Amino acid sequence: MKLGTSTIIGGVLFALAIFVGLFAPWLAHTDPVMGANLMNAEEPPSWIWWFGTDAQGRDIYSRVVHGARISLTVGIVSQLVNSVIGVTLGLTAGYWGGWWDDVVNALTNLMLAIPSLIFALAIMAVLGPGLTSLLIALGLTNWSFSCRIARASALSLKSQGYVQAAKVLGYGDLRIMITQLLPNMLGPIIVISTLGMGGAILAEAALSFLGLGIRPPYPSWGSMLSEARDQITTAPWLSVFPGLAIFLTVLGLNLLGDGLRDILDPQSRSRRT
Amino acid sequence: MTAPPLIEVDGLRIDLDDGSRRTAAVEGVSFRIDRGETFGLVGESGCGKSISALALIGLLRRPLSIGAGAIRFDGREIQGLPAAEQRALRGNRIAMIFQEPMTALNPVSPIGRQIAEMFVLHQGKSWREADRLAVEALASVRVPAPERRVKDYPHQLSGGMRQRVMIAIALACGPDLLIADEPTTALDVTVQAEIIELMRNLCAERGTAILMISHDLGLVANVCRRVAVMYAGRIVEERGSDALFRASAHPYTKGLVDSLPRLGTRAALGRSKLKEIAGVVPAIADFPAGCRFNPRCMQATEICRSTAPETTRLGDGGLVRCHHHA
Repeated sequence: MKLGTSTIIGGVLFALAIFVGLFAPWLAHTDPVMGANLMNAEEPPSWIWWFGTDAQGRDIYSRVVHGARISLTVGIVSQLVNSVIGVTLGLTAGYWGGWWDDVVNALTNLMLAIPSLIFALAIMAVLGPGLTSLLIALGLTNWSFSCRIARASALSLKSQGYVQAAKVLGYGDLRIMITQLLPNMLGPIIVISTLGMGGAILAEAALSFLGLGIRPPYPSWGSMLSEARDQITTAPWLSVFPGLAIFLTVLGLNLLGDGLRDILDPQSRSRRT
Repeated sequence: MTAPPLIEVDGLRIDLDDGSRRTAAVEGVSFRIDRGETFGLVGESGCGKSISALALIGLLRRPLSIGAGAIRFDGREIQGLPAAEQRALRGNRIAMIFQEPMTALNPVSPIGRQIAEMFVLHQGKSWREADRLAVEALASVRVPAPERRVKDYPHQLSGGMRQRVMIAIALACGPDLLIADEPTTALDVTVQAEIIELMRNLCAERGTAILMISHDLGLVANVCRRVAVMYAGRIVEERGSDALFRASAHPYTKGLVDSLPRLGTRAALGRSKLKEIAGVVPAIADFPAGCRFNPRCMQATEICRSTAPETTRLGDGGLVRCHHHA
Protein backbone atom coordinates (compact mmCIF):
# COMPACT_ATOMS: atom_id res chain seq x y z
CA MET A 1 0.00 0.00 0.00
CA LYS A 2 1.52 3.27 -1.12
CA LEU A 3 0.73 6.41 0.80
CA GLY A 4 1.32 9.86 -0.58
CA THR A 5 4.21 11.81 0.91
CA SER A 6 1.87 14.56 2.02
CA THR A 7 -0.35 12.05 3.84
CA ILE A 8 2.66 10.73 5.70
CA ILE A 9 3.84 14.24 6.60
CA GLY A 10 0.32 15.12 7.74
CA GLY A 11 0.00 11.93 9.76
CA VAL A 12 3.39 12.42 11.39
CA LEU A 13 2.63 16.03 12.30
CA PHE A 14 -0.73 15.13 13.81
CA ALA A 15 0.68 12.09 15.59
CA LEU A 16 3.46 14.28 16.98
CA ALA A 17 0.92 16.77 18.29
CA ILE A 18 -1.08 13.95 19.93
CA PHE A 19 2.09 12.46 21.40
CA VAL A 20 3.17 15.81 22.82
CA GLY A 21 -0.29 16.39 24.25
CA LEU A 22 -0.45 12.93 25.86
CA PHE A 23 2.99 13.05 27.41
CA ALA A 24 3.12 16.76 28.19
CA PRO A 25 3.97 16.36 31.91
CA TRP A 26 6.99 14.22 31.05
CA LEU A 27 8.14 16.31 28.10
CA ALA A 28 7.85 19.69 29.81
CA HIS A 29 10.90 21.03 31.61
CA THR A 30 9.06 23.15 34.13
CA ASP A 31 5.54 23.62 35.36
CA PRO A 32 3.77 25.69 32.70
CA VAL A 33 1.90 27.84 35.20
CA MET A 34 3.84 27.83 38.44
CA GLY A 35 7.33 27.64 36.99
CA ALA A 36 7.75 31.41 36.93
CA ASN A 37 11.04 32.97 37.89
CA LEU A 38 11.54 36.64 37.23
CA MET A 39 15.31 36.13 37.20
CA ASN A 40 14.91 34.35 33.85
CA ALA A 41 12.43 36.79 32.31
CA GLU A 42 12.46 37.18 28.51
CA GLU A 43 15.39 34.92 27.81
CA PRO A 44 15.79 34.25 24.09
CA PRO A 45 15.84 30.63 22.89
CA SER A 46 18.96 28.80 24.03
CA TRP A 47 20.12 25.34 25.08
CA ILE A 48 18.58 25.85 28.51
CA TRP A 49 15.36 27.55 27.39
CA TRP A 50 14.63 25.86 24.06
CA PHE A 51 11.87 28.23 23.03
CA GLY A 52 12.95 31.13 25.34
CA THR A 53 11.04 32.47 28.33
CA ASP A 54 8.27 35.02 28.78
CA ALA A 55 8.07 38.18 30.89
CA GLN A 56 7.36 36.13 34.00
CA GLY A 57 10.30 33.85 33.29
CA ARG A 58 8.13 30.82 32.37
CA ASP A 59 9.57 28.32 29.95
CA ILE A 60 7.81 28.77 26.57
CA TYR A 61 8.67 25.21 25.49
CA SER A 62 6.88 23.79 28.53
CA ARG A 63 3.91 26.04 27.91
CA VAL A 64 3.68 25.08 24.22
CA VAL A 65 3.85 21.39 25.18
CA HIS A 66 1.05 21.78 27.71
CA GLY A 67 -0.87 24.00 25.32
CA ALA A 68 -1.08 21.05 22.94
CA ARG A 69 -3.40 19.35 25.42
CA ILE A 70 -5.91 22.15 25.40
CA SER A 71 -5.71 22.89 21.70
CA LEU A 72 -6.10 19.26 20.69
CA THR A 73 -8.86 18.59 23.18
CA VAL A 74 -10.75 21.54 21.79
CA GLY A 75 -10.03 20.53 18.20
CA ILE A 76 -10.98 16.88 18.55
CA VAL A 77 -13.88 17.07 20.98
CA SER A 78 -15.60 20.05 19.41
CA GLN A 79 -15.25 18.57 15.93
CA LEU A 80 -16.58 15.25 17.19
CA VAL A 81 -19.63 17.03 18.58
CA ASN A 82 -20.00 18.88 15.28
CA SER A 83 -19.76 15.69 13.24
CA VAL A 84 -22.25 13.81 15.36
CA ILE A 85 -24.78 16.64 15.19
CA GLY A 86 -24.17 17.30 11.50
CA VAL A 87 -24.24 13.69 10.36
CA THR A 88 -27.29 12.81 12.43
CA LEU A 89 -29.26 15.75 11.10
CA GLY A 90 -27.99 15.49 7.52
CA LEU A 91 -28.38 11.73 7.24
CA THR A 92 -31.92 11.64 8.56
CA ALA A 93 -32.91 14.71 6.54
CA GLY A 94 -31.55 13.29 3.31
CA TYR A 95 -32.99 9.83 3.87
CA TRP A 96 -36.45 10.72 5.13
CA GLY A 97 -36.91 13.98 3.27
CA GLY A 98 -40.25 15.73 3.74
CA TRP A 99 -40.84 18.28 6.48
CA TRP A 100 -37.86 17.08 8.51
CA ASP A 101 -35.62 17.83 5.55
CA ASP A 102 -37.08 21.35 5.34
CA VAL A 103 -36.47 21.94 9.04
CA VAL A 104 -32.88 20.73 8.88
CA ASN A 105 -32.23 22.76 5.75
CA ALA A 106 -33.56 25.89 7.37
CA LEU A 107 -31.39 25.29 10.43
CA THR A 108 -28.33 24.68 8.29
CA ASN A 109 -28.92 27.83 6.30
CA LEU A 110 -29.35 29.74 9.53
CA MET A 111 -26.06 28.42 10.83
CA LEU A 112 -24.29 29.22 7.60
CA ALA A 113 -25.70 32.72 7.55
CA ILE A 114 -24.25 33.56 10.96
CA PRO A 115 -20.43 33.64 10.96
CA SER A 116 -19.58 30.75 13.23
CA LEU A 117 -16.90 32.65 15.13
CA ILE A 118 -19.36 35.42 15.95
CA PHE A 119 -21.87 32.82 17.08
CA ALA A 120 -19.23 31.12 19.20
CA LEU A 121 -18.32 34.53 20.63
CA ALA A 122 -21.91 35.08 21.63
CA ILE A 123 -22.15 31.66 23.30
CA MET A 124 -18.85 32.27 25.10
CA ALA A 125 -20.08 35.64 26.28
CA VAL A 126 -23.09 33.94 27.84
CA LEU A 127 -21.29 30.91 29.27
CA GLY A 128 -18.14 32.71 30.32
CA PRO A 129 -14.58 31.73 29.47
CA GLY A 130 -13.25 28.26 30.15
CA LEU A 131 -12.59 24.94 28.47
CA THR A 132 -16.13 23.54 28.83
CA SER A 133 -17.84 26.58 27.41
CA LEU A 134 -15.25 26.63 24.62
CA LEU A 135 -16.13 23.04 23.74
CA ILE A 136 -19.83 23.81 23.77
CA ALA A 137 -19.44 27.00 21.75
CA LEU A 138 -17.28 25.43 19.06
CA GLY A 139 -19.16 22.15 19.11
CA LEU A 140 -22.51 23.76 18.38
CA THR A 141 -21.50 26.23 15.71
CA ASN A 142 -19.71 24.28 13.02
CA TRP A 143 -21.89 21.33 12.12
CA SER A 144 -23.46 22.86 9.02
CA PHE A 145 -20.75 21.59 6.66
CA SER A 146 -20.86 17.98 7.78
CA CYS A 147 -24.65 18.25 7.76
CA ARG A 148 -24.67 19.45 4.17
CA ILE A 149 -22.32 16.71 3.07
CA ALA A 150 -24.20 14.00 4.95
CA ARG A 151 -27.50 15.15 3.49
CA ALA A 152 -26.17 15.32 -0.06
CA SER A 153 -24.61 11.86 0.27
CA ALA A 154 -27.77 10.41 1.76
CA LEU A 155 -29.82 11.86 -1.10
CA SER A 156 -27.65 10.30 -3.76
CA LEU A 157 -27.06 7.05 -1.88
CA LYS A 158 -30.67 6.30 -1.09
CA SER A 159 -31.47 5.67 -4.73
CA GLN A 160 -28.56 3.24 -5.05
CA GLY A 161 -29.41 -0.35 -5.81
CA TYR A 162 -28.04 -1.71 -2.57
CA VAL A 163 -30.13 0.64 -0.47
CA GLN A 164 -33.21 -0.45 -2.39
CA ALA A 165 -32.06 -4.03 -2.01
CA ALA A 166 -31.69 -3.57 1.73
CA LYS A 167 -35.28 -2.35 1.90
CA VAL A 168 -36.43 -5.38 -0.04
CA LEU A 169 -34.45 -7.61 2.31
CA GLY A 170 -36.37 -6.25 5.27
CA TYR A 171 -33.90 -3.77 6.77
CA GLY A 172 -35.45 -1.09 8.96
CA ASP A 173 -34.78 2.60 8.36
CA LEU A 174 -32.27 2.86 11.18
CA ARG A 175 -30.38 -0.21 10.03
CA ILE A 176 -30.27 1.07 6.47
CA MET A 177 -28.90 4.38 7.66
CA ILE A 178 -26.25 2.78 9.84
CA THR A 179 -25.15 -0.13 7.68
CA GLN A 180 -25.78 1.14 4.16
CA LEU A 181 -25.63 4.92 4.11
CA LEU A 182 -23.20 5.84 6.87
CA PRO A 183 -20.24 3.67 5.78
CA ASN A 184 -20.61 4.94 2.24
CA MET A 185 -20.48 8.57 3.24
CA LEU A 186 -17.79 8.15 5.87
CA GLY A 187 -14.96 9.11 3.51
CA PRO A 188 -16.02 12.69 2.85
CA ILE A 189 -17.24 13.06 6.44
CA ILE A 190 -13.87 12.08 7.87
CA VAL A 191 -12.11 14.38 5.44
CA ILE A 192 -14.31 17.32 6.37
CA SER A 193 -13.94 16.48 10.07
CA THR A 194 -10.18 16.41 9.87
CA LEU A 195 -10.19 19.76 8.14
CA GLY A 196 -12.74 21.01 10.67
CA MET A 197 -10.43 20.00 13.51
CA GLY A 198 -7.83 22.38 12.13
CA GLY A 199 -10.51 25.03 11.93
CA ALA A 200 -11.54 24.40 15.53
CA ILE A 201 -7.94 24.73 16.72
CA LEU A 202 -7.73 28.05 14.89
CA ALA A 203 -11.05 29.14 16.35
CA GLU A 204 -9.86 28.26 19.84
CA ALA A 205 -6.75 30.33 19.20
CA ALA A 206 -8.87 33.22 17.97
CA LEU A 207 -11.26 33.08 20.93
CA SER A 208 -8.44 32.78 23.43
CA PHE A 209 -6.64 35.62 21.67
CA LEU A 210 -9.73 37.73 22.20
CA GLY A 211 -9.69 36.77 25.85
CA LEU A 212 -12.83 34.63 25.69
CA GLY A 213 -11.29 31.19 25.52
CA ILE A 214 -8.72 29.83 27.90
CA ARG A 215 -7.82 32.46 30.47
CA PRO A 216 -4.25 33.09 31.52
CA PRO A 217 -2.25 31.78 33.23
CA TYR A 218 -3.27 28.42 31.71
CA PRO A 219 -1.45 27.86 28.47
CA SER A 220 -3.31 27.39 25.24
CA TRP A 221 -1.64 28.30 21.99
CA GLY A 222 -4.17 31.03 21.35
CA SER A 223 -3.93 32.59 24.78
CA MET A 224 -0.13 32.48 24.56
CA LEU A 225 -0.29 34.40 21.30
CA SER A 226 -2.63 36.87 22.93
CA GLU A 227 -0.24 37.47 25.82
CA ALA A 228 2.70 37.76 23.50
CA ARG A 229 1.38 40.45 21.23
CA ASP A 230 2.79 43.35 23.32
CA GLN A 231 6.27 41.92 23.13
CA ILE A 232 6.21 40.90 19.48
CA THR A 233 9.07 43.29 18.64
CA THR A 234 11.13 42.79 21.80
CA ALA A 235 10.60 39.06 22.29
CA PRO A 236 9.33 37.55 19.03
CA TRP A 237 9.89 33.97 20.28
CA LEU A 238 6.88 34.41 22.54
CA SER A 239 4.58 34.46 19.52
CA VAL A 240 6.64 32.49 17.00
CA PHE A 241 6.60 29.15 18.83
CA PRO A 242 2.89 28.92 19.74
CA GLY A 243 2.15 30.22 16.24
CA LEU A 244 4.36 27.54 14.75
CA ALA A 245 2.64 24.90 16.85
CA ILE A 246 -0.77 26.00 15.55
CA PHE A 247 0.52 26.19 12.00
CA LEU A 248 2.11 22.74 12.02
CA THR A 249 -0.84 21.03 13.68
CA VAL A 250 -3.40 22.58 11.34
CA LEU A 251 -1.19 21.87 8.33
CA GLY A 252 -0.81 18.29 9.50
CA LEU A 253 -4.57 17.89 9.87
CA ASN A 254 -5.23 19.33 6.43
CA LEU A 255 -2.67 17.09 4.73
CA LEU A 256 -4.02 14.10 6.64
CA GLY A 257 -7.58 14.96 5.66
CA ASP A 258 -6.65 15.00 2.00
CA GLY A 259 -4.76 11.75 2.25
CA LEU A 260 -7.54 9.99 4.15
CA ARG A 261 -9.96 10.65 1.35
CA ASP A 262 -7.97 8.40 -0.93
CA ILE A 263 -7.40 5.70 1.66
CA LEU A 264 -11.04 5.50 2.73
CA ASP A 265 -12.28 4.79 -0.76
CA PRO A 266 -12.41 0.98 -1.07
CA GLN A 267 -12.12 1.17 -4.84
CA SER A 268 -8.79 2.93 -4.64
CA ARG A 269 -7.75 0.55 -1.88
CA SER A 270 -7.87 -2.43 -4.18
CA ARG A 271 -6.13 -0.57 -6.95
CA ARG A 272 -3.19 -0.21 -4.63
CA THR A 273 -3.02 -3.76 -3.35
CA MET B 1 -57.72 -27.47 -3.05
CA THR B 2 -56.77 -27.73 0.59
CA ALA B 3 -53.92 -25.44 1.66
CA PRO B 4 -54.17 -21.80 0.59
CA PRO B 5 -51.74 -20.81 -2.16
CA LEU B 6 -48.46 -19.28 -1.05
CA ILE B 7 -49.25 -16.02 -2.69
CA GLU B 8 -52.47 -14.93 -4.26
CA VAL B 9 -52.90 -11.71 -6.18
CA ASP B 10 -56.49 -10.83 -6.78
CA GLY B 11 -57.61 -8.05 -9.13
CA LEU B 12 -54.57 -5.90 -8.40
CA ARG B 13 -54.64 -2.36 -9.68
CA ILE B 14 -51.68 -0.05 -9.30
CA ASP B 15 -52.34 3.65 -9.69
CA LEU B 16 -49.88 6.18 -10.98
CA ASP B 17 -50.62 9.56 -9.47
CA ASP B 18 -48.93 12.38 -11.34
CA GLY B 19 -50.46 15.07 -9.17
CA SER B 20 -53.33 16.01 -11.43
CA ARG B 21 -54.76 12.65 -12.33
CA ARG B 22 -54.58 8.98 -11.56
CA THR B 23 -53.96 6.42 -14.20
CA ALA B 24 -53.91 2.70 -13.70
CA ALA B 25 -50.45 1.44 -14.60
CA VAL B 26 -51.48 -2.12 -13.77
CA GLU B 27 -55.05 -3.31 -13.79
CA GLY B 28 -56.92 -6.47 -13.00
CA VAL B 29 -53.83 -8.55 -12.38
CA SER B 30 -54.61 -11.85 -10.71
CA PHE B 31 -52.43 -14.88 -10.27
CA ARG B 32 -51.51 -17.40 -7.66
CA ILE B 33 -48.35 -19.23 -6.85
CA ASP B 34 -48.33 -22.42 -4.82
CA ARG B 35 -45.57 -23.58 -2.53
CA GLY B 36 -42.47 -24.62 -4.41
CA GLU B 37 -43.96 -23.62 -7.74
CA THR B 38 -42.17 -21.70 -10.45
CA PHE B 39 -44.14 -18.92 -12.02
CA GLY B 40 -43.02 -16.53 -14.74
CA LEU B 41 -44.17 -13.05 -15.53
CA VAL B 42 -43.21 -11.96 -19.03
CA GLY B 43 -43.68 -8.71 -20.82
CA GLU B 44 -42.06 -5.80 -22.55
CA SER B 45 -40.36 -2.99 -20.66
CA GLY B 46 -42.91 -0.78 -18.96
CA CYS B 47 -45.76 -3.31 -19.03
CA GLY B 48 -45.93 -3.27 -15.23
CA LYS B 49 -44.20 -6.49 -14.27
CA SER B 50 -41.61 -4.93 -11.97
CA ILE B 51 -44.06 -2.69 -10.14
CA SER B 52 -46.33 -5.69 -9.66
CA ALA B 53 -43.41 -7.38 -7.91
CA LEU B 54 -42.81 -4.31 -5.76
CA ALA B 55 -46.46 -4.32 -4.80
CA LEU B 56 -46.05 -7.93 -3.77
CA ILE B 57 -43.43 -7.06 -1.19
CA GLY B 58 -45.22 -3.91 -0.11
CA LEU B 59 -42.63 -1.49 -1.40
CA LEU B 60 -44.59 0.66 -3.81
CA ARG B 61 -43.74 4.28 -3.18
CA ARG B 62 -45.27 7.49 -4.43
CA PRO B 63 -46.34 8.23 -7.12
CA LEU B 64 -47.36 4.57 -7.30
CA SER B 65 -49.92 3.05 -4.99
CA ILE B 66 -52.19 0.05 -4.83
CA GLY B 67 -55.58 1.21 -6.10
CA ALA B 68 -57.60 -1.94 -5.73
CA GLY B 69 -57.34 -5.66 -5.26
CA ALA B 70 -55.69 -7.81 -2.66
CA ILE B 71 -52.38 -9.55 -2.23
CA ARG B 72 -52.48 -12.47 0.15
CA PHE B 73 -49.32 -14.14 1.33
CA ASP B 74 -49.94 -17.42 3.08
CA GLY B 75 -53.57 -16.47 3.50
CA ARG B 76 -52.88 -13.06 5.05
CA GLU B 77 -53.37 -9.76 3.28
CA ILE B 78 -50.06 -7.95 2.97
CA GLN B 79 -51.36 -4.40 2.67
CA GLY B 80 -53.14 -4.58 5.99
CA LEU B 81 -50.06 -5.65 7.97
CA PRO B 82 -48.24 -3.11 10.12
CA ALA B 83 -44.92 -1.86 8.73
CA ALA B 84 -42.84 -3.90 11.17
CA GLU B 85 -44.57 -7.14 10.18
CA GLN B 86 -44.17 -6.36 6.49
CA ARG B 87 -40.49 -5.81 7.14
CA ALA B 88 -40.24 -9.12 8.94
CA LEU B 89 -41.67 -10.82 5.83
CA ARG B 90 -39.27 -9.13 3.45
CA GLY B 91 -35.96 -10.89 3.16
CA ASN B 92 -37.12 -13.57 5.55
CA ARG B 93 -40.07 -15.22 3.81
CA ILE B 94 -40.14 -13.24 0.56
CA ALA B 95 -36.75 -12.51 -0.91
CA MET B 96 -35.80 -10.79 -4.10
CA ILE B 97 -32.85 -10.65 -6.45
CA PHE B 98 -32.28 -7.89 -8.90
CA GLN B 99 -31.23 -7.21 -12.41
CA GLU B 100 -28.07 -5.32 -11.52
CA PRO B 101 -25.77 -7.34 -9.30
CA MET B 102 -23.25 -4.55 -9.76
CA THR B 103 -25.25 -2.08 -7.75
CA ALA B 104 -27.30 -4.26 -5.44
CA LEU B 105 -24.39 -4.92 -3.09
CA ASN B 106 -23.07 -2.38 -0.64
CA PRO B 107 -19.62 -1.38 -1.99
CA VAL B 108 -18.04 -0.62 1.39
CA SER B 109 -19.03 -3.79 3.18
CA PRO B 110 -17.40 -7.22 2.73
CA ILE B 111 -19.82 -9.67 1.11
CA GLY B 112 -19.64 -12.07 4.05
CA ARG B 113 -20.89 -9.33 6.32
CA GLN B 114 -23.77 -8.60 3.96
CA ILE B 115 -24.86 -12.22 3.99
CA ALA B 116 -24.36 -12.51 7.74
CA GLU B 117 -26.49 -9.41 8.31
CA MET B 118 -29.52 -11.40 7.12
CA PHE B 119 -29.09 -14.00 9.85
CA VAL B 120 -28.63 -11.31 12.47
CA LEU B 121 -31.57 -9.30 11.21
CA HIS B 122 -34.14 -12.01 10.69
CA GLN B 123 -33.05 -14.88 12.89
CA GLY B 124 -31.48 -12.99 15.77
CA LYS B 125 -28.21 -14.90 15.48
CA SER B 126 -25.00 -13.62 17.01
CA TRP B 127 -22.46 -12.15 14.62
CA ARG B 128 -20.07 -15.02 15.25
CA GLU B 129 -22.72 -17.58 14.36
CA ALA B 130 -23.91 -15.47 11.43
CA ASP B 131 -20.40 -15.20 10.00
CA ARG B 132 -20.11 -18.97 10.07
CA LEU B 133 -23.47 -19.37 8.36
CA ALA B 134 -22.40 -16.82 5.76
CA VAL B 135 -19.50 -19.05 4.75
CA GLU B 136 -21.91 -21.95 4.37
CA ALA B 137 -24.31 -19.83 2.37
CA LEU B 138 -21.51 -18.76 0.08
CA ALA B 139 -20.44 -22.37 -0.34
CA SER B 140 -24.00 -23.34 -1.22
CA VAL B 141 -24.00 -20.96 -4.20
CA ARG B 142 -20.78 -22.64 -5.35
CA VAL B 143 -18.41 -19.78 -4.78
CA PRO B 144 -14.95 -21.33 -4.60
CA ALA B 145 -12.92 -20.82 -1.40
CA PRO B 146 -15.80 -19.26 0.54
CA GLU B 147 -13.73 -18.83 3.73
CA ARG B 148 -11.50 -16.41 1.86
CA ARG B 149 -14.17 -14.89 -0.30
CA VAL B 150 -16.33 -13.66 2.59
CA LYS B 151 -13.76 -10.96 3.20
CA ASP B 152 -13.92 -9.68 -0.38
CA TYR B 153 -15.61 -6.45 -1.34
CA PRO B 154 -18.19 -6.49 -4.14
CA HIS B 155 -15.91 -4.74 -6.63
CA GLN B 156 -13.44 -7.58 -6.35
CA LEU B 157 -15.99 -10.03 -7.77
CA SER B 158 -17.16 -10.64 -11.31
CA GLY B 159 -20.76 -10.05 -12.34
CA GLY B 160 -21.64 -13.74 -12.11
CA MET B 161 -20.03 -14.04 -8.68
CA ARG B 162 -21.93 -11.02 -7.45
CA GLN B 163 -25.20 -12.49 -8.63
CA ARG B 164 -24.30 -15.68 -6.75
CA VAL B 165 -23.73 -13.59 -3.65
CA MET B 166 -27.11 -11.93 -4.21
CA ILE B 167 -28.70 -15.36 -4.41
CA ALA B 168 -26.92 -16.37 -1.22
CA ILE B 169 -28.27 -13.28 0.53
CA ALA B 170 -31.76 -13.81 -0.84
CA LEU B 171 -31.90 -17.48 0.12
CA ALA B 172 -30.08 -17.02 3.44
CA CYS B 173 -33.18 -17.22 5.59
CA GLY B 174 -34.83 -19.95 3.56
CA PRO B 175 -37.66 -17.82 2.12
CA ASP B 176 -40.89 -19.32 0.83
CA LEU B 177 -40.86 -17.13 -2.27
CA LEU B 178 -37.99 -15.81 -4.31
CA ILE B 179 -38.78 -12.97 -6.66
CA ALA B 180 -36.21 -12.79 -9.42
CA ASP B 181 -36.50 -9.55 -11.35
CA GLU B 182 -34.55 -9.94 -14.59
CA PRO B 183 -31.89 -11.87 -12.67
CA THR B 184 -29.59 -12.50 -15.59
CA THR B 185 -30.13 -9.60 -17.95
CA ALA B 186 -26.84 -7.97 -17.02
CA LEU B 187 -24.82 -11.17 -17.41
CA ASP B 188 -23.12 -13.04 -20.23
CA VAL B 189 -25.13 -15.80 -21.83
CA THR B 190 -22.91 -18.58 -20.48
CA VAL B 191 -22.93 -17.16 -16.97
CA GLN B 192 -26.68 -16.65 -17.36
CA ALA B 193 -27.23 -20.36 -17.82
CA GLU B 194 -25.14 -21.21 -14.74
CA ILE B 195 -26.95 -18.70 -12.56
CA ILE B 196 -30.38 -19.88 -13.68
CA GLU B 197 -29.39 -23.49 -13.09
CA LEU B 198 -28.07 -22.63 -9.64
CA MET B 199 -31.15 -20.67 -8.70
CA ARG B 200 -33.44 -23.41 -9.87
CA ASN B 201 -31.58 -26.17 -8.07
CA LEU B 202 -31.30 -24.30 -4.80
CA CYS B 203 -34.97 -23.39 -4.82
CA ALA B 204 -36.00 -26.91 -5.70
CA GLU B 205 -33.90 -28.28 -2.81
CA ARG B 206 -35.45 -25.91 -0.33
CA GLY B 207 -38.97 -25.88 -1.67
CA THR B 208 -38.80 -22.18 -2.43
CA ALA B 209 -41.29 -20.90 -4.97
CA ILE B 210 -39.92 -18.68 -7.71
CA LEU B 211 -41.61 -15.71 -9.29
CA MET B 212 -39.44 -14.92 -12.25
CA ILE B 213 -39.86 -11.64 -14.02
CA SER B 214 -38.27 -11.20 -17.39
CA HIS B 215 -38.72 -9.97 -20.92
CA ASP B 216 -37.04 -13.14 -22.12
CA LEU B 217 -39.87 -15.53 -22.97
CA GLY B 218 -37.53 -18.39 -23.75
CA LEU B 219 -35.71 -18.11 -20.46
CA VAL B 220 -38.87 -17.90 -18.41
CA ALA B 221 -40.51 -20.82 -20.20
CA ASN B 222 -37.38 -22.81 -19.51
CA VAL B 223 -37.43 -22.15 -15.77
CA CYS B 224 -41.10 -21.85 -14.97
CA ARG B 225 -43.92 -24.31 -14.97
CA ARG B 226 -46.53 -21.64 -15.55
CA VAL B 227 -46.12 -18.33 -17.34
CA ALA B 228 -48.23 -15.19 -17.38
CA VAL B 229 -47.77 -12.77 -20.24
CA MET B 230 -48.35 -9.12 -19.44
CA TYR B 231 -49.15 -6.41 -21.91
CA ALA B 232 -49.78 -2.77 -21.05
CA GLY B 233 -50.61 -3.39 -17.42
CA ARG B 234 -52.80 -6.46 -17.89
CA ILE B 235 -52.16 -10.16 -17.92
CA VAL B 236 -53.24 -11.25 -21.37
CA GLU B 237 -52.53 -14.93 -21.09
CA GLU B 238 -51.60 -17.36 -18.38
CA ARG B 239 -50.64 -20.90 -19.37
CA GLY B 240 -48.45 -23.82 -18.60
CA SER B 241 -45.18 -23.01 -20.33
CA ASP B 242 -45.45 -25.91 -22.81
CA ALA B 243 -48.93 -24.93 -23.89
CA LEU B 244 -47.85 -21.35 -24.22
CA PHE B 245 -45.37 -22.30 -26.90
CA ARG B 246 -47.38 -25.02 -28.57
CA ALA B 247 -50.68 -23.23 -28.80
CA SER B 248 -50.57 -19.62 -27.71
CA ALA B 249 -54.10 -18.34 -27.39
CA HIS B 250 -53.55 -14.60 -27.37
CA PRO B 251 -52.36 -12.83 -30.54
CA TYR B 252 -49.71 -10.99 -28.51
CA THR B 253 -48.27 -14.20 -27.13
CA LYS B 254 -48.32 -15.69 -30.61
CA GLY B 255 -46.41 -12.66 -31.81
CA LEU B 256 -43.86 -13.10 -29.04
CA VAL B 257 -43.40 -16.79 -29.76
CA ASP B 258 -43.07 -16.15 -33.47
CA SER B 259 -40.51 -13.45 -32.89
CA LEU B 260 -38.16 -15.86 -31.16
CA PRO B 261 -35.32 -16.98 -33.43
CA ARG B 262 -35.47 -20.71 -34.14
CA LEU B 263 -32.97 -23.33 -35.05
CA GLY B 264 -34.09 -25.92 -37.55
CA THR B 265 -34.04 -27.03 -41.14
CA ARG B 266 -36.22 -24.24 -42.47
CA ALA B 267 -34.17 -21.69 -40.63
CA ALA B 268 -30.99 -23.27 -41.93
CA LEU B 269 -32.29 -22.98 -45.46
CA GLY B 270 -33.07 -19.36 -44.82
CA ARG B 271 -36.76 -19.89 -45.51
CA SER B 272 -38.23 -18.79 -42.21
CA LYS B 273 -38.44 -15.11 -41.59
CA LEU B 274 -38.22 -13.68 -38.10
CA LYS B 275 -41.57 -12.12 -37.37
CA GLU B 276 -42.12 -8.95 -35.44
CA ILE B 277 -45.07 -7.31 -33.74
CA ALA B 278 -45.71 -4.00 -35.47
CA GLY B 279 -45.99 -0.86 -33.39
CA VAL B 280 -44.87 -0.02 -29.86
CA VAL B 281 -46.30 -0.40 -26.37
CA PRO B 282 -48.63 2.52 -25.63
CA ALA B 283 -47.71 4.93 -22.83
CA ILE B 284 -49.55 4.52 -19.54
CA ALA B 285 -51.36 7.81 -20.00
CA ASP B 286 -52.94 6.81 -23.30
CA PHE B 287 -53.82 3.15 -23.14
CA PRO B 288 -56.32 2.53 -25.91
CA ALA B 289 -59.96 1.81 -25.08
CA GLY B 290 -61.17 -1.74 -25.30
CA CYS B 291 -58.48 -4.37 -25.64
CA ARG B 292 -55.18 -2.63 -25.06
CA PHE B 293 -53.50 -4.67 -27.75
CA ASN B 294 -56.02 -3.76 -30.46
CA PRO B 295 -53.95 -1.12 -32.34
CA ARG B 296 -51.21 -3.68 -32.93
CA CYS B 297 -53.40 -6.75 -33.34
CA MET B 298 -53.90 -8.39 -36.76
CA GLN B 299 -57.21 -9.89 -35.70
CA ALA B 300 -58.72 -6.80 -34.12
CA THR B 301 -62.40 -6.18 -34.89
CA GLU B 302 -64.99 -3.66 -33.75
CA ILE B 303 -65.57 -5.23 -30.37
CA CYS B 304 -61.83 -5.12 -29.59
CA ARG B 305 -61.85 -1.35 -29.98
CA SER B 306 -64.85 -0.80 -27.73
CA THR B 307 -64.94 -3.46 -25.03
CA ALA B 308 -62.13 -4.74 -22.87
CA PRO B 309 -62.14 -8.54 -23.02
CA GLU B 310 -62.72 -10.53 -19.85
CA THR B 311 -60.53 -13.44 -18.90
CA THR B 312 -61.66 -16.72 -20.40
CA ARG B 313 -60.71 -20.10 -19.02
CA LEU B 314 -59.21 -22.41 -21.60
CA GLY B 315 -59.58 -26.15 -21.77
CA ASP B 316 -56.13 -26.84 -20.35
CA GLY B 317 -56.67 -24.62 -17.31
CA GLY B 318 -54.99 -21.60 -18.88
CA LEU B 319 -56.47 -18.14 -18.90
CA VAL B 320 -56.66 -15.74 -21.78
CA ARG B 321 -57.94 -12.20 -22.18
CA CYS B 322 -59.03 -11.92 -25.82
CA HIS B 323 -62.29 -11.74 -27.75
CA HIS B 324 -60.90 -13.87 -30.55
CA HIS B 325 -58.67 -16.29 -28.71
CA ALA B 326 -57.65 -19.37 -30.57
